[in-house]
Amino acid sequence: MASMTIPPFERFYSDHAGEVFGYLAKVLGRGPAEDAFQETFLRALRGYPALEHGRHLRAWVFTIATRVVLDSRRRPEPALLDGEPATTDERPAYAELEHLVDGLPPTERAAVVLRYGYDLSYEAIGDALGSTEVAARQAASSGVRRLRERSTA
Amino acid sequence: MTSSLPSELDRRFRDSATEAALLDAAYDVAESPVGPLLVAATERGLCRISFDPDPELELDRLAALAGPRVLRSPSALSRARRQLDEYFGRRRTAFELDVDTKALPAFQQLVLEELARVPYGETATYGGLAARIGRPRAARAVGGALNRNPIPIVLPCHRVVGSTGRLVGYAGGLDRKRTLLALEGAA
Repeated sequence: MASMTIPPFERFYSDHAGEVFGYLAKVLGRGPAEDAFQETFLRALRGYPALEHGRHLRAWVFTIATRVVLDSRRRPEPALLDGEPATTDERPAYAELEHLVDGLPPTERAAVVLRYGYDLSYEAIGDALGSTEVAARQAASSGVRRLRERSTA
Repeated sequence: MTSSLPSELDRRFRDSATEAALLDAAYDVAESPVGPLLVAATERGLCRISFDPDPELELDRLAALAGPRVLRSPSALSRARRQLDEYFGRRRTAFELDVDTKALPAFQQLVLEELARVPYGETATYGGLAARIGRPRAARAVGGALNRNPIPIVLPCHRVVGSTGRLVGYAGGLDRKRTLLALEGAA
C-alpha cells in the first residue's frame, strides 16, 4: 500500500539523488553531470504533482535523467566538457567505466549504463529513451557489441 | 542514499527548487531551548512548528496538508529561523512572519487570530479568549482549538492559562510551556 501513495518529495529525492548523480557522472562526466542533476530534479519536481501513484519512481527519475542527457547531446557540447580533466583523477572507478562507454552513440551509451550499471528493465529503458522495449534491447546489445569489438581490436 | 551526493550540489538543488517556487511546503529543523523544532512554510507563510524532532512523521502530514512537493530548504526558512533565534535569545518580543492557517476550520482560525493578539510576557485565559471572539461560553472549544495549534511559539498558545492562572495542558508538554513563559518573564 505504502508504495502506491506518492511519497513526500524529500523522501523520493533522498532515496534517488545519489544514485542518479552517479549515473549522470558516468554518462556525461562529473562537471556536466552537476548541471544535468539540477535539471533532472527540477523537471521531476515540475512533474511530481501529475503522478498518479508512487510506483516505479526509480525508473521514472532515470527516464527524466536520460532525457536530460539526450537533450544535452542535441545541443552543442558545452565548453565544460573540455575543461574537466581533473574528474578522472577524483573518481577512478567512474573514469574506468566512462572510458569504456565513452564514444558510444548517446542512445547506446544510456541503454548500456542503465541496463548494466543500474539494472533497469528494458521496458523502463525504452521509456527513458522515448522508444520501445525492443529498441532499448537493440540499443544495449549493439552498444555491448561495439564495446567487445573495441576491446578485441 | 546508495551513493553519495556532494553536499554543495544538494544545497544548490534545494535553493533552486525554492527560488523557482516549485515547492508545496519547505521545512527545516532548528535547535532551541525547548528541543529541536521542525519549522515549515508554504508560499503563503509559516504553516507548522513541531516539537517532534523526527521529520519523517511530519513530512507525511505536511504533504497531506499542502501537497506532495515537500522539501527541506534552509534558505526558505532562514527568516523564520532567525526570528526564532532572536526570540529565544530575548532579543525579540514579536514575530514579523506571515502564517498560513488556510487549511484550518474557520472557528480555529478565529481563535488563532485572537491568540496572536496576546502580548509577549502576558497571559490570557481560555474564557477570556472565548469572550473576545464573541463566544463567551465556548471556553472548552477554545481550549481544543489551541491544543491543535499547528504553529506554537509564533502563535503563542503557551500564554493561555486556566481561569485560576494555573498552567493547564500544552500540546508540547507543560515543561515547554513553563520554559516559554519563564523566558518571557511571565511565570
